[in-house]
Amino acid sequence: MSRSSRIGRAGGLGITLTVLYVGLFIILPFGGIIAGALKRGLAVFFENITRPETLEALTLSLSVTAASLLVSVVFGIAAAWLTAKFRFPARGIILSLINLPLSISPVIAGLLFVLLLGKNSPVGGWLESMGARIIFAWPGLFLATLFISFPYIARELLPVLIEMGNEDEEAALTLGASGAATFLRVTLPNIRLALLYGITLSGARAVGEYGAVSVVSGLLRGRTVTLPIQVQIFYAEYMSGAAFAAAVLFFVFGIITLVSKFTLETKIKNFEQREGEA
Amino acid sequence: MRANRRRLSTTVLRGRSAAAARRLIPGFGITLGITVFFLTLMVVLPLSALTLRAAGLGMGGFIEKITSPAAAASYRLTILSSLAAAALNAVFGFIAAWTLVRRRFPGRRLIDAIIDLPFAVPGSVGGIAIAAMFSKNGILGRFLVPMGIEIAYTAAAAPFALMFAGLPFVVRSVQPVLENLDPSAEEAAGMLGAAPIQTFRRVILPAALPALGSGAFMAFIRGLGEFGTVIFVSGNIPFRSEVTTQVIYSRIDQYDREGAAAIAAAVLLFTLAVSILAGGIGPLRIYLLRRSASQGACGEPLIANR
Repeated sequence: MSRSSRIGRAGGLGITLTVLYVGLFIILPFGGIIAGALKRGLAVFFENITRPETLEALTLSLSVTAASLLVSVVFGIAAAWLTAKFRFPARGIILSLINLPLSISPVIAGLLFVLLLGKNSPVGGWLESMGARIIFAWPGLFLATLFISFPYIARELLPVLIEMGNEDEEAALTLGASGAATFLRVTLPNIRLALLYGITLSGARAVGEYGAVSVVSGLLRGRTVTLPIQVQIFYAEYMSGAAFAAAVLFFVFGIITLVSKFTLETKIKNFEQREGEA
Repeated sequence: MRANRRRLSTTVLRGRSAAAARRLIPGFGITLGITVFFLTLMVVLPLSALTLRAAGLGMGGFIEKITSPAAAASYRLTILSSLAAAALNAVFGFIAAWTLVRRRFPGRRLIDAIIDLPFAVPGSVGGIAIAAMFSKNGILGRFLVPMGIEIAYTAAAAPFALMFAGLPFVVRSVQPVLENLDPSAEEAAGMLGAAPIQTFRRVILPAALPALGSGAFMAFIRGLGEFGTVIFVSGNIPFRSEVTTQVIYSRIDQYDREGAAAIAAAVLLFTLAVSILAGGIGPLRIYLLRRSASQGACGEPLIANR
């Protein structure tokens, strides 16, 4: 450090420690995976990434994520509207229940659905006799994924709706707009960015879920093996090239998440500034 | 101006009776219906199934299941590893947050962006990445293993994996607080002759302590429940390197649903007790909600209170 001030020296130490910390825990492990995926050259990497198992697992992961996001959006909007616009006795309980999945281990989340809907449970047994299989099938993957990812959208929307207040909606309603039209034309444009932000978080969580999904999966290739599980299977079968290549796909998802998060944050900041000046 | 008026109108509205707001703003019935239906199906019923299954064992059976030797050994490893990981993340996460906010250096934005990676990738990917790093051909393992330092597949791996999984929490809770803290206070303290350590203790730490505490607490809770990242690295040797989530997973695998339910119920009760001890779930949630409400969505850390 050419600057001899003590703060400067503390800053230099801080930078060194930060680089070591992030380097040891993030850059080295992930750098190793990327290096491992590309070790035998790009041709082998593309061969690995287009293996039928990988593509099947990717398709399954995307279908589960899309379905889970769809439900989370509907629930998130309803729950945020309810808890932001109205005060009623059970409001606190509802907020706690929305947050609860965030502090429950994914393995326990998977177990909850095995206990509720597994073949040996009353409900699961009845469904099985009707020919509907939940656990070790697509619906089980969907429920486990939904459980661990649904809170994010409601949690992003709630503070924005509270901050917005009711003025604009009340004006529209007083002027004779229907409830649905008010929501679509007045509320939705204002919460659009927060909604997209919540979808980004929820989607990232859903596509990368491993623990909860592996409990309800049963590992049926092409039917219940999602991409995070396929990574594990490749690794267990000593196909580390294929495992690393599939893992690289998650960096692509990760980068998409980080870029959309960054873009949305900038847009939200600008939006708030405009609001502030208006 | 506008913001003030809005806040005022919200306050007035809160003061108004709920019934009056309900008359004007539509959708109470339908949103209540959707929310209650969904939460009952997705959260209340599954948790009841767990409670019933665990309660069905009776007190004696329950105690027997949760104190089985493999389970008991796993609690020790899980709690100690989570504590160690949360404490180390508190120290280094705080330093990283301060550095990212106060210092400008090449690569800062990149480091800031990749802090969230452990959140964005699956546990299996994180776990394999760490295992590969410490294996004898890995980036670090090729130097450490010849020196006799084995980390992969030993109990030492668990705290390391949990540090990885919990890394974003402290950084992302402390960062917004430091961003709002006026740097001139730190500079003034320095100019008045305070050593950096004094500036830190008297100026920075008091402001950031609540955020630091809640970030470290979230990292601890995350550690208790982490599965994917740990199991690839720790080797899962019963009594030595098996974490509690792995024990639950094995019980499910062996069709010992009662055993899995009992241990899971014990973990949930423990989490609840720790949360109450740490200031109560209620106040914490309210605090976080208020804070995010006053900051708007963008001030909220990516993974606030997961």
